[in-house]
Amino acid sequence: MSIEYKKGQNNIVTLLLDKPGSPVNLVDAALVSSLKDSLDRLETDKSITGVILTSAKKKDFLAGADIDGLYAIQDTASAMEMVDFYKKQLRRLETLGRPVVAAINGTALGGGYELSLACHWRIALGSPSIEIGFPEVTLGLLPGGGGTQRLPRLIGIQNAFSFLVEGKRVRPEEAIKAGLVNELASDEKDLLEKAEAWIKNNPEAKQPWDKKEFKWPGGDPRNPRMGELWAIAPSMVNKKAKGNYPAVRNILSCLYEGALVDIDTGLRIESRYFANLAVSREAKNLMESLWFQLNSIRKGQSRPAGFEKYQAKKVGVLGAGMMGAGIAYVSASAGIDVILKDVNMEAAERGKAYSEKILDKRVSQGKMSKDKRDGILSRIRPTASAGDLKGCDLVIEAVFEERELKGRVTKEAEEQMDPSGIFASNTSTLPITGLAGKSSRPSKFIGLHFFSPADKMPLVEIIVGKETDDETLARAFDYVLQIKKTPIVANDSRGFYTSRVFTTYLAEGIALLSEGQNPSLIESAGLKAGMPVGPLALSDEISLSLMKHIIDQTRKDLEGEGKTLPVRPIEKAVGLMVDEHKRTGKKEGKGFYDYHEGGKTLWNELYKIFPQSREQLPINEIIDRLIFVQSLETIRCLEEKVLRSVADANIGSIFGWGFPPFRGGTIQFVNSYGVREFLRRAGELEKKYGKSFSQPELLADMAEKNQLFK
Amino acid sequence: MKDTFIYDTIRTPRGKGKNDGALYEVKPVDLLKTLFIALQERNSLDTSKVDDVVLGCVTAIGDQGADIARTAVLYSGWDESVAGVTLNRFCASGLEAINMAAMKIQSGAEDLVVGGGVESMSRIPMGSDGGALYLDPRVNEAINFIPQGISADLLATIDGFTRKDVDAFAVLSHSRAAAAAGNGHFKSIVPVNDLNGNLILDHDETIRAETTAEILAGLKPSFKMMGDLGFDSSAQLKYPQVEAIDHVHHAGNSSGIVDGAALVLVGNKKAGKDQGLKPRARFLSVAVTGSEPTIMLTGPIASTRKALKKAGMKISDIDLFEINEAFAAVVLKIIRDLGIDPGRVNVNGGAIAMGHPLGATGAMLMSTVLDELERRDKSIGLCTLCVGGGMGITTIIERI
Repeated sequence: MSIEYKKGQNNIVTLLLDKPGSPVNLVDAALVSSLKDSLDRLETDKSITGVILTSAKKKDFLAGADIDGLYAIQDTASAMEMVDFYKKQLRRLETLGRPVVAAINGTALGGGYELSLACHWRIALGSPSIEIGFPEVTLGLLPGGGGTQRLPRLIGIQNAFSFLVEGKRVRPEEAIKAGLVNELASDEKDLLEKAEAWIKNNPEAKQPWDKKEFKWPGGDPRNPRMGELWAIAPSMVNKKAKGNYPAVRNILSCLYEGALVDIDTGLRIESRYFANLAVSREAKNLMESLWFQLNSIRKGQSRPAGFEKYQAKKVGVLGAGMMGAGIAYVSASAGIDVILKDVNMEAAERGKAYSEKILDKRVSQGKMSKDKRDGILSRIRPTASAGDLKGCDLVIEAVFEERELKGRVTKEAEEQMDPSGIFASNTSTLPITGLAGKSSRPSKFIGLHFFSPADKMPLVEIIVGKETDDETLARAFDYVLQIKKTPIVANDSRGFYTSRVFTTYLAEGIALLSEGQNPSLIESAGLKAGMPVGPLALSDEISLSLMKHIIDQTRKDLEGEGKTLPVRPIEKAVGLMVDEHKRTGKKEGKGFYDYHEGGKTLWNELYKIFPQSREQLPINEIIDRLIFVQSLETIRCLEEKVLRSVADANIGSIFGWGFPPFRGGTIQFVNSYGVREFLRRAGELEKKYGKSFSQPELLADMAEKNQLFK
Repeated sequence: MKDTFIYDTIRTPRGKGKNDGALYEVKPVDLLKTLFIALQERNSLDTSKVDDVVLGCVTAIGDQGADIARTAVLYSGWDESVAGVTLNRFCASGLEAINMAAMKIQSGAEDLVVGGGVESMSRIPMGSDGGALYLDPRVNEAINFIPQGISADLLATIDGFTRKDVDAFAVLSHSRAAAAAGNGHFKSIVPVNDLNGNLILDHDETIRAETTAEILAGLKPSFKMMGDLGFDSSAQLKYPQVEAIDHVHHAGNSSGIVDGAALVLVGNKKAGKDQGLKPRARFLSVAVTGSEPTIMLTGPIASTRKALKKAGMKISDIDLFEINEAFAAVVLKIIRDLGIDPGRVNVNGGAIAMGHPLGATGAMLMSTVLDELERRDKSIGLCTLCVGGGMGITTIIERI
């Protein structure tokens, strides 16, 4: 029994949510059937004066739906049946004829919050650890338990919009302002007292939408003045979504269509749109990577077993530039002492000021207390002296990408730090094994590739050098989790995984430009593909001169190894831009774009330098090129064992460089496209556009065996 | 369509479509009554011989709801045997009503029909009738909906019409309209009086003879903010080669929001003869088309080609064009794409100067072109309008 039925002396029934053998309550088949049984009893016992719903768990009221169950759904009929059954119970609850109060004593998300919306009154414990909201949209779904119908009827369509469409979650303090809950309670006792008091005072409780005099809060959706809002709503959401997220589309439809009919019809409409999403490719992709694979990563699937959990205590950060400063910030925020070292005190202080700025902003926004800010800042010690690295159990270097310099700081730090500690390089381009050559303890040398800005980007790519031992990897992994980031693991190789694959996106964009495709078309295709930035704008952001530097360095390195590299369009184009036209990138205000106060515009001369082809490709062809090139390179990474797991590939691509989440990541895209079909299309693209689309053997094998990448 | 004739065209003056406009106080049904009585009196019409009244009205709710065509027939004291129907083809409604009247005659089903339209935009705001086209998010997204103003700016961007180009055209519209009004070229205007017979308005209210390019240059673009909020981005989903939309249109170079009504008496030879009427023109061809709905406003190019083909004519055969000035860039685009001599287009100004009372405009264009053909002693006239949802309409007539 997931719900305990307790009738008190005051004839109030408490429904205690308590999933057996689980730390959390979930909306699953057991809960819904338990709810049905409870309602059977409630409806027949006329002596009952009211109902209180609350949770027996420590953290959660009801944390949301059982994703395993949702993921397994294969047909729309069973999806509808599932939500309709839940909805039926919720409808019974709110039309019971006796007051029903949700005593929200823990996090209430998704289906959990929907249960409370079917109560007549919601009282939440005023604890900042409680979250309330609808995260469904982030997994490509919509609240199918009446959330899209009850919330807008409760707080108005416009107010409900951000909760449903953006998946915004709030703490009780904000929830009461937004109208998501009606009252706050100071503690559990207060919570139950308030619930009982409300029941006593409202014996005739009815939902607003079941009353004859019901008026839409925030204006009737049929009012012509709402017309402007409806007219622009799809454009507003598609400014970002670009039509790629059916969940957003369906939620808008639930809001619009549901608002034109009565609640029962609205609920049925919602079920149809829910079922439509439950079987959608996008939802399966999002659940697969952002739920199952992400959880598996966080649970340590890529961490070598058999090593005690490590907690970094004192971290040395070498180089207080933007990257070093960011690493110092995230480390100190996780309660770790930080030594922030640069060549002089002034530079080191500047690095600390970076944290100060972020923290001050949080304090001024009311998101952090001043005490907490002071605590974090006090943990960062700027210095110019290597001697201060004494006792560091982890040192991360974030100095310029120069082998010589990196070697020098490695040596300097290793002389001071805890001899059993690990040394990490934050390089994004230089092979780790080579850098480890300068280390006196190459087995404790590892790559920790942060993304810029380190305080915001959620991913850290751990790079395992040839000599790196498992314990070092385990520790690096634990540290990344400790600073609340997501670790993926890659073996050493040029560009590792993320840089290597993501530069194929830039290269393909630039190749398209070199072929005479309209630059605006290329950029639009990038965005429509679901990438956060177009390939040309992104190249500018990374800086064309840096790209040129890396290209030159790579060529030099490979020639040193006796290999030759064919000149690719990207090299020619970047060379042309940087050497001939002095267009070096965004930082200097001129790259593929001109940068000015109001924003950026494509450089006019591009149309001359890269003469426009008469045959402009259809945008979907360009999208395929920009996406396929990334997935193919990822398969090569798997084949060459640069990557160790599909989960790392997917999560790394989404979190690392913003590969479109609805595609589920670079490998999930292949799976959902169909491995055989992907192989066929790649062959087609290779025939038309060349070697970037050649098909790795691993892909051909998988297609042959008709297997998914797992 | 050689046997279908226009016997008369009349219209009200156009009043500014706001609560300080002269016709704001006049109910749309009274605008129509003014014209129905005038039409009857001018032609000594036996109204019992009229089969039907077809009226365009875009926002057919409230004052304009409940089949205002039949309402006006009864209210104006016409014979109760005259039927009435209201139709909506957005901005083409007025011309569509006339074309439909012509088709009724041509088919032989009816003998004498009144076409026309009405719109009191001050009283019934544009868009207040709702509609799945843009309100329903699913429909809106499926057709990549953007408002017409953004479509016009998109069109100007793609075709390279600058702010200067569109403003220059707007100045021309006003100066031509002012000259035409001053010289009494708008012969079809019937003044609107109150119930006591006192004059309310007898001229088009929004013409500004004094407008200059300098004055227009000072106006802020009307659609930039909406564009920034998301519509530009939707336009780019359809037109990815457009990097940024140049928002060149504003209140001064777009059609004005006004109130007004117009009627056209259409019939076959015999019906005219029976009533002692002299035909003024005959229909040569009519056409409607659908076109790409996001850019929305290029429909007249296809519909004009279609109508020319049906009539067996070419652009150079047309003496005068009335191209509805929904937005300056639309007219410039049509002139350019069809290779029209700009000197034959909207010679008495257009909707930028005089306004665009949605349901009535098409019928007004007919009166303007016919009055001018007669004044110049020319023969062939063509009316065309761009239409919401991506449509175009064209009618070609020959003066008799």
